[in-house]
Amino acid sequence: MATLETFVDVTEPTTTRSWRTAVIDFCKQRPLGAIGAAVVVLNLVVAVTANVISPYDPLATDYGAMLTAPSRAHWLGTDAFGRDVLTRILYGSRTAMLVGFSCAMVGATLGAVIGVTSAYFGGKVDLVVQRVMDCFLSFPLIILALAVVAMLGNGLQNVIAAITIPMIPRAALVARSSALAIREMPYVDAARAAGFKHGRIILRHMLPNVMAPYLIMLTAFLGQAILLESSLSFLGLGVSEPTPAWGLMLRGAAVQFAESAPWMAVFPGLAISLAVFAFNLFGDSLRDALDPRLRTQ
Amino acid sequence: MTKYILKRILLMIPTLIGVAVLIFFLMRVVPGDIVELRFAGESGSASRETIAIERARLGLDKPLWRQFLEYMGGLARADLGVSMWTGAPIIEEIKLRFALSLELAILSTLIAVVLAIPLGVIAALKQDTWVDYVVRLFSIAGLATPSFWLGILFILMLLVVFKWLPPMVYTPLWVNPWQNILQLIWPALAVGYRYSAVAMRMTRSAMLEVLREDYIRTARAKGLWQKLILTRHALKNAMLPVLTVVALEFAFLMGGLVVTEQVFNLNGLGLLFVEAVAHRDYTLTQALVLLVATVFIVVNFFVDLAYAWIDPRIRFR
Repeated sequence: MATLETFVDVTEPTTTRSWRTAVIDFCKQRPLGAIGAAVVVLNLVVAVTANVISPYDPLATDYGAMLTAPSRAHWLGTDAFGRDVLTRILYGSRTAMLVGFSCAMVGATLGAVIGVTSAYFGGKVDLVVQRVMDCFLSFPLIILALAVVAMLGNGLQNVIAAITIPMIPRAALVARSSALAIREMPYVDAARAAGFKHGRIILRHMLPNVMAPYLIMLTAFLGQAILLESSLSFLGLGVSEPTPAWGLMLRGAAVQFAESAPWMAVFPGLAISLAVFAFNLFGDSLRDALDPRLRTQ
Repeated sequence: MTKYILKRILLMIPTLIGVAVLIFFLMRVVPGDIVELRFAGESGSASRETIAIERARLGLDKPLWRQFLEYMGGLARADLGVSMWTGAPIIEEIKLRFALSLELAILSTLIAVVLAIPLGVIAALKQDTWVDYVVRLFSIAGLATPSFWLGILFILMLLVVFKWLPPMVYTPLWVNPWQNILQLIWPALAVGYRYSAVAMRMTRSAMLEVLREDYIRTARAKGLWQKLILTRHALKNAMLPVLTVVALEFAFLMGGLVVTEQVFNLNGLGLLFVEAVAHRDYTLTQALVLLVATVFIVVNFFVDLAYAWIDPRIRFR
C-alpha cells in the first residue's frame, strides 16, 4: 500500500503539467467554450467586486429619479423606487453566483456519492435507493423547490436548500449509470481483495472515475440553479426584497410598467440569460472534450 | 413482452404509494395549517372554539395515523375527496385547469419537435461547420433564456408593436378554437423555445453517435440513397434518446409551468399548486402531486414500452 501512495506522489507533477496543457488545448480547440469560461470568470469578478465597481448603492432609493430612462447618470435606467438598475444587476450577480455554485457543488457531489454507493452495493440497496430517488424525481423540480420554501420560509439559505434537494436524485441517477460499469472493473475487485473498507473503495476508487459525468453535471446544474433561483424569486418565493437579485428585479413593478419603462424588464432578464448562456457554453464544450464519442473524426 | 409490461405496471405502484406517503407527511411538516391561515386573514383573532370546530369539521383533530389511513383508504377507492379551502370536489377543481395545462403542454411539444428534429439533424450532418455553430448557439440560448422572461418580452412586443394583448380569460378549445389558440400560442412559444433547445441538443448528439455506427457505413457502402439512410437507418435509431427527453419535458410541463402561467395569467395546474400549498390545502395538494407524479410515471412507462418495442435487446434484459 505504501508503495502505491509513493507511486501516486511521483506521478503528480506530470499530471499538473498535463492539466495546464489541457486547458490551453481546450481554449484552442473549443473557442466557444473558452468564451463561455471567460464570461463565467467575468461574472465571478463582478460578483466579488460589486461594491467597488457599482456607481450607486444598490439599496439607495431616490424618489426624485423614479423610472428614469437609461441616461448618462443611470446607464440602464432606474426602477420604481429610483434605484439604479445597473448597480442592482451588478450586485445581483453575487446572489446568482452564490446560489449557482453552492447548489451545484452540493447537489452534484451528494448525488454522485449516493449514486456511486447505490451502484457499488447493488442488489437490494440499489433497488431501495432507486425507488426513493424515483419518488423524488416524479415531483417536478420547481414544485419540490416550492414545497421546501413553503416549509423553511424565504431567505437565501432556504432557497439554496430548496434548489439543491431536487438536484440530488438527478445527479444520483447519472452517477449511478456510469458507476455501474466501473463496478465491474478489475481495479475495484483488486481494492476489494486488498481488504479496503467499502467507504474507501467508493470514495477513493470509484468516485474519481465518474469525474467526467460529474463535471458535466456540475456545469449543467450551475445554469439550472441560477434559472431556478430567478424563477423562485420572481414568484416571490425566493430571495426577498431589498436584496438585489435578477429574478426579483423582474417581479412586480417591472411587469406593471413594462410598456413605459421596458429597461426594468429587459436588462435583468438579459443578465440571467447571459450568465446561464456562459455556463452552458462552457459546460457543452467540456462535455464534448470529455466524451470521446462525440469528437469529430 | 406481456410479462415485461406487467412487470413495469407493477413497479409503478410502489413509486406512487411512495409519492403519496411522502407528500402526506411533507405537507404536515410544513408549519401552519389551513384553519390558522383562514382565520388569520380576518380582523381580530378567532376564538379557540371556532378554530377547534373548524379543525374537527376538516378532520384535522384526529390523530395523524387516523388521517393517514383515511387518506390511503380514499385513494384505494379512487376518491380524492373535497378541497379543504373551497369545499368543492377536487375533480371539479382540477378539471378545467388540467385541460388548460394539457393543451399548453401538447402545443409546446408540437412547437418543440417541429423545431428541434430538423435543426438537430442538420447540425449533426454539418458538425463543426458554421451551420452547426449557429444551431448550437440558438439552442444554448434557448436553454439560457428563462421562459417567463421570454413571455414578458412577447407581451411587451405585442403591446408596443401591435397594441394588442392576448385574451386573458381561458376559453376551452371546444368552445372557441380561435380564441383559445390566440391565448395559448404565446406561452406555448415561450415554453416551446426552451423545450426545443433540450430536444435539439439530444437529436444532435444522438445523430452524431448513430452516424458513426457500422450499419450506417454498410448502408453507404451499399450505395443507398443518402435520404433513405438518414430517415430509415439513422433517424429511427437516434430517436430513442430524443423520445426520452421529449417525454420527460412533457411530464414536467404538466405541473411545472408555475412562472409562465403567472406571466400570462393562465389558470393552469402550476398556479393551482402554488395556491394549494399557500393555503395548506392538504387534500388538494396531495391530489395535485399524485396527478403530476402519475403523469410522469405513465409517460415514463410509455417511453420504456416504446424502447422495448423499438429495441428488442431491452425486452430480454
